[in-house]
Amino acid sequence: MLCALSACHPTAPHDGRVVVRYWDKWNGFEAEAMRAVVDDFNAGQNRVWVDYSAVSQLNHKLLLATSGGVPPDVAGMYAEDLPVYAENNALTPLYKLAAEAGVRREDYVDVFWQTSCHRGTLFALPATPNVSALVWNKKMFREAGLDPEQPPRSIAELEAFNEKILRRRPDGSIEKIGHVPNEPSWITPTWGTWFGARYWDGQAAVEADSPENRAAFRWMRSYPDRFGAQNLLALRDGFGSYASSQNPFLSGRVAMTLQGVWIYNFIKNYAAPGFEWGVAAFPSVDPARFKAVTVASGDVLVIPAGAKHVREAFEFLRYLESPAPMEKLCLGQRKFSPLRQVSEDFYRRHPDPYVRKFAELASSPGVRPVPRITTWNEYSADLADAAGRVLTGSADPDEALANVQKREQAHYDRARERWDRNVKTLTALWAAAESRQ
Amino acid sequence: MKMTRAEKHRLGTGLLFIGPWAIGFLLLTVYPLVCTLVYSFCDYSVLMPASFVGLTNYRDLFTDELFWKALSNTLFYAAFSIPLGLIVSLFLAILLNFNVPGRGVFRTIFFLPSLVPMISLAVLWQWLLNGELGLINDGLRPVLNAINHVTGMHLAAPNWLGDARFAKWGLIFTGLWGVGHAVVVYLAGLQDVPRHLYEAADIDGANFWHKTWHITLPTLSPVIYFNTIMGLIGALQVFAVPFVIANGGDGPERSLLFIATYLYHNAFEYSKMGYACAIGLVMFALILALTWIATRLSERFVHYTAK
Repeated sequence: MLCALSACHPTAPHDGRVVVRYWDKWNGFEAEAMRAVVDDFNAGQNRVWVDYSAVSQLNHKLLLATSGGVPPDVAGMYAEDLPVYAENNALTPLYKLAAEAGVRREDYVDVFWQTSCHRGTLFALPATPNVSALVWNKKMFREAGLDPEQPPRSIAELEAFNEKILRRRPDGSIEKIGHVPNEPSWITPTWGTWFGARYWDGQAAVEADSPENRAAFRWMRSYPDRFGAQNLLALRDGFGSYASSQNPFLSGRVAMTLQGVWIYNFIKNYAAPGFEWGVAAFPSVDPARFKAVTVASGDVLVIPAGAKHVREAFEFLRYLESPAPMEKLCLGQRKFSPLRQVSEDFYRRHPDPYVRKFAELASSPGVRPVPRITTWNEYSADLADAAGRVLTGSADPDEALANVQKREQAHYDRARERWDRNVKTLTALWAAAESRQ
Repeated sequence: MKMTRAEKHRLGTGLLFIGPWAIGFLLLTVYPLVCTLVYSFCDYSVLMPASFVGLTNYRDLFTDELFWKALSNTLFYAAFSIPLGLIVSLFLAILLNFNVPGRGVFRTIFFLPSLVPMISLAVLWQWLLNGELGLINDGLRPVLNAINHVTGMHLAAPNWLGDARFAKWGLIFTGLWGVGHAVVVYLAGLQDVPRHLYEAADIDGANFWHKTWHITLPTLSPVIYFNTIMGLIGALQVFAVPFVIANGGDGPERSLLFIATYLYHNAFEYSKMGYACAIGLVMFALILALTWIATRLSERFVHYTAK
């Protein structure tokens, strides 16, 4: 089993190079894009060989391999998982290596540098990034008598558009709708961002029941009140899976959704030919106060604690973080670059007509990193459950959030106790890791 | 007392035979169980060394409303899925025991679904139970329409997996898909029912129900007991099917959050392995207690022909 997990390298060359084992979650064209960059790196020098493996359920395998003392030298993970791994001493701090190699914060779109750090320490370097945006179906706008080039600018306007796009069947059930907050289903925990919510104060307090988040949940509650809980349930049951032509946005059942930069790939693969769409900042509750709001996350590359070839692993990271390889990767994965410096050629060659819009959003004043609290996994699951109850009309928003607040504050208090217990050990371990580099 | 050479030889052979099992038992059962017990008193993320925290995990557990929710969901599921599974599988086994043409084909047909891997089963039932497009509701709607027409009521086909009131029932029906294994065990048991008892009952003028109630069921009671215990263990550990049906979540209003699911969330998604170990031990104690109760009851209701 250990061999299967880590130790066998059937593709490793025997020319004396240091083999850097790299695990990432990609498959399909995204894996091919990363493999092409790895091949370039391997061909461009004769000291290090990066052995790239596509690994399913990467988080679980990384957890087991790291705790077993046989981690890969480089791993790709989602930015939101970084705080948990960092606080459990599963990652190698990278400040010293980055400083030596001339990797600077100024080189990056700031939010992606932020999502690579935890408690002031750099633990990762950004790979392909993501921000969320409003994506709308222009044909559905036109059919509803709306200007297809003019997306809503506020939540109030979004709801006005929603009413115009709404089509009911004779029995009252919903055939088409402008927007529903749980499509796609994973976005419900973070709607508060567009109402100014922060989720935690950055220190000791969870802010699930802040006035801003309560406003977001009251907005969600307005859906079952206006459209009928059973109608919304029936509507959702008619939605096909995300990666299919029955995706409700691609099949013309929902006109406006919150999506990431990946949506281009799904439109290309699953939407009908000639599908007309647009991208803009998702409207906030108060555009004067909250402009161009978006949540940034994405993929980061880390060197797990206990990796055998830290310097060689960082050499590969350094290469990948240079403008040309990063552009090649992002072009191959149809995403935008996390670097500030991007060539015009990148945008010219990019197949996604809205990639520049996503890149602009990442640099907007309204950008927020995904909450970097170590309990985010359970916190977001709890928020999603509360949102689910509110959207079916079975819970009062304030009560649902009060429950989340109580539970999640208790969870975070426990996490802080763990941090307080480990802080001295961790600080010493991180300092020792950097001194060895 | 000194052992003879032959006795030593026999002991050596015995140990050799039992050795692989004993090593496996110690390494794969006893060692994990002891570790679970130790870690249940620790704050343990797997990635960092465990820190002893005393009874904190157990104190948190007993005030954790999600744990109680998971426990009540699990007990609800067990309370309905076990009897329903027992009744349906026993009924099918009795039917399949009749000497009718094509009996072997029917037995195969009823056993085949239980060979479907659990993940495929869950995905299949996700579609069958779809409130709008599912075949179950397609079959149910005409019936409900007829009832509505006659009675003037307004019954609607339920949204099985989207409505917290129906999600667990949907899952319980899904479980019936796998009764094939129990049917096979019952069929084997039915072959052991002495023919002369039926013949004697026939002479006494007993009908089908008399024979089932007074001969078949008492003779089958050890098999029913076995299937009950297996069903109990399976139901209390239910995980894969609800996890897939709920797309890795907990279903509407956490109606599909079961103890095993909550354990998994804590161990692998929330980095709280110590807490997950405490949940695991409570689950272990629960299964042990219910099995003990079932065993005590079996003394009254289970009849062994050999006794």
